[in-house]
Amino acid sequence: MSKAMSKAATDSPATYGIMAEFTESSALIHAAEHLRDAGYTKVEAYTPIPVHGLDVAIGHKPSRLPWLVLAGGLTGSSGLFAFMTWVNLVDYPMNIGGRPHFSWPAFVPITFEGMVLFSALAAVFGLFLICGFPRPYHPVFNAPGFERATTDGFFLCIETSDPLYDAAKAKSILTGLGATAVNEFSE
Amino acid sequence: MQSSKQLKPPVTETYDSLLAPGQSLNSVTAKISDIILFPVLKTPLGWIIGFVAAGLLLMLYLYSLATLFTVGIGIWGINIPVAWGFDIINFVWWIGIGHAGTLISAILLLFRQDWRTSINRAAEAMTIFAVACAGIYPLIHTGRPWLDYWFLPYPSTLGMWPQFRSPLEWDVFAISTYATVSVLFWFVGLVPDLATLRDRSTSPIAKTLYGLASLGWRGAAKHWQRYEVASLLLAGLSTPLVLSVHSIISFDFAVAQLPGWHVTVFPPYFVAGAVYCGFAMVIVLMIPIRRWFGLEGLITMKHFDVMSKVMLASGMIVTYGYFGEIFYAWYSSSIYEYYLIVNRFTGPYAWSYWSLILFNVLIPQVLWSKKLRQNLPVLFFVSMAINVGMWFERWVIIVLSLHRDFLPSSWASYTPTFYDWSTYIGSFGLFFVLFLLFIRFIPMIAIFEVRDLVHKTTAHTAEHEDSGHAGA
Repeated sequence: MSKAMSKAATDSPATYGIMAEFTESSALIHAAEHLRDAGYTKVEAYTPIPVHGLDVAIGHKPSRLPWLVLAGGLTGSSGLFAFMTWVNLVDYPMNIGGRPHFSWPAFVPITFEGMVLFSALAAVFGLFLICGFPRPYHPVFNAPGFERATTDGFFLCIETSDPLYDAAKAKSILTGLGATAVNEFSE
Repeated sequence: MQSSKQLKPPVTETYDSLLAPGQSLNSVTAKISDIILFPVLKTPLGWIIGFVAAGLLLMLYLYSLATLFTVGIGIWGINIPVAWGFDIINFVWWIGIGHAGTLISAILLLFRQDWRTSINRAAEAMTIFAVACAGIYPLIHTGRPWLDYWFLPYPSTLGMWPQFRSPLEWDVFAISTYATVSVLFWFVGLVPDLATLRDRSTSPIAKTLYGLASLGWRGAAKHWQRYEVASLLLAGLSTPLVLSVHSIISFDFAVAQLPGWHVTVFPPYFVAGAVYCGFAMVIVLMIPIRRWFGLEGLITMKHFDVMSKVMLASGMIVTYGYFGEIFYAWYSSSIYEYYLIVNRFTGPYAWSYWSLILFNVLIPQVLWSKKLRQNLPVLFFVSMAINVGMWFERWVIIVLSLHRDFLPSSWASYTPTFYDWSTYIGSFGLFFVLFLLFIRFIPMIAIFEVRDLVHKTTAHTAEHEDSGHAGA
């Protein structure tokens, strides 16, 4: 792929960013806080385990996923309850031993299951949607040694789209913060 | 696995910790992924033999189902008054087994129990495959399974709707929701591990397949943050779900007026029984697996100790239920309820009631001893006894209640036929075929959660670290 593309393209692919590798999550958090305080905005960390406090250190906002799940749950429960009410009162009323048509306690189990089903679907597909999945290819996979990000490497990336981006300066900052390797990589 | 010809080195057991000493992020990742990442043609002989055996059972199952579809449910031993037999016994038994997986993955996640980490993935897989085995029975027991879509509410040309006030219709929603949510929860938990396999595999085919399945996971901090939110929400949803599913299944019985079924204690009693049987099945599966794959450093004796305690506690709740049923018979002053207990104690199927007491109440009492809890052959035997005992419990509830109800003129007996047995034994084929495929191609231990556990237990207590992490 790369051979064909480099022949077709007149110049080599653009630089995506600079990637620093750390061996410890605490060093990564410290580095992320330093970059955030220095004004960098296009920074992302890549870790093999969920590191608590990292999202705050980088400056990510809290997720809005819970609201999506709440909406899913309300849709599922109210939708099914309304549907069962309509069926039993309007579309297909059945007299069973003189019991009331609107026997709402009997609707509770299905209403509950509908709430769970729609909330779970909203949680999973909402997660995929806001993470942009599926996305099998991403430029960060080109960073040297990035395959360790799913084993034991803690990575921090400054993207070229950051207004403060300056490869030489970033490299010296990141090395000073304890990075074991700092490399620029292309898209 | 690969060096199966050599004698295995003696196992050093870890008793007081969830991980053997000296683990690192890299070592646990390599340990778990190396079980999977080797060429298909070098699959160990033991796995192939197991797969063939399970495949033969699956063939028996398919044969039984084909006969059922072409001949009808007359091939089973059911009749009036025992219209529910092996089909519903096996359905309740299998779905009960499934509940332990959800309990381990969801409820213990909410309670921040670290001991779930090494066993949750396999237990969740067990849940999904057990629910698959369970779900088939209510579909096939209808007699005309090709019309099973009538269960679903769809605008039909018949102009009718399902009866939403019936527990049997609640079942349709409960089980389909449970199956869907279990699969989603399991897949979400798998995504970071599939990415690990993508990055570690050398074969281009494996790389492509794991790459596609992992959806492009790259461990970004933003993704982890949302991932943990989603995991916690799914756990929070699954916890009441698992309780509701077995409660609704117990309504299938409790809403009826038959002596032995019409009991308000059924929902908690059924849920406790499900947990009891499910943990027994997890132990039955995990004891051989950890030995075959050398996972003693990740699934330690501490895990078995904790699981045994859960089993003992849920077993005591079930035992309380058995005594409760005897009490209700006396306290209700109803001759039908009273006769139900007499019939259980001394009737034609008394052997099954006393087997139930032996397997579910008496044998598990050995778990009070810490020494016996940590003796794996004993624990394996006790867990098998509980699995058999819980099957007898459903037999007692269903067959013994149905075969002698109110009018002696309508009494009859029930004898399972060859096809009853083959549809039951064959379902193990489906379960084990799926389970063997799972342990061959998917990490049977949640790698990133074990990494997290290693990181928590070995990392210097840095200021930003805290103790609780959510996984899937």
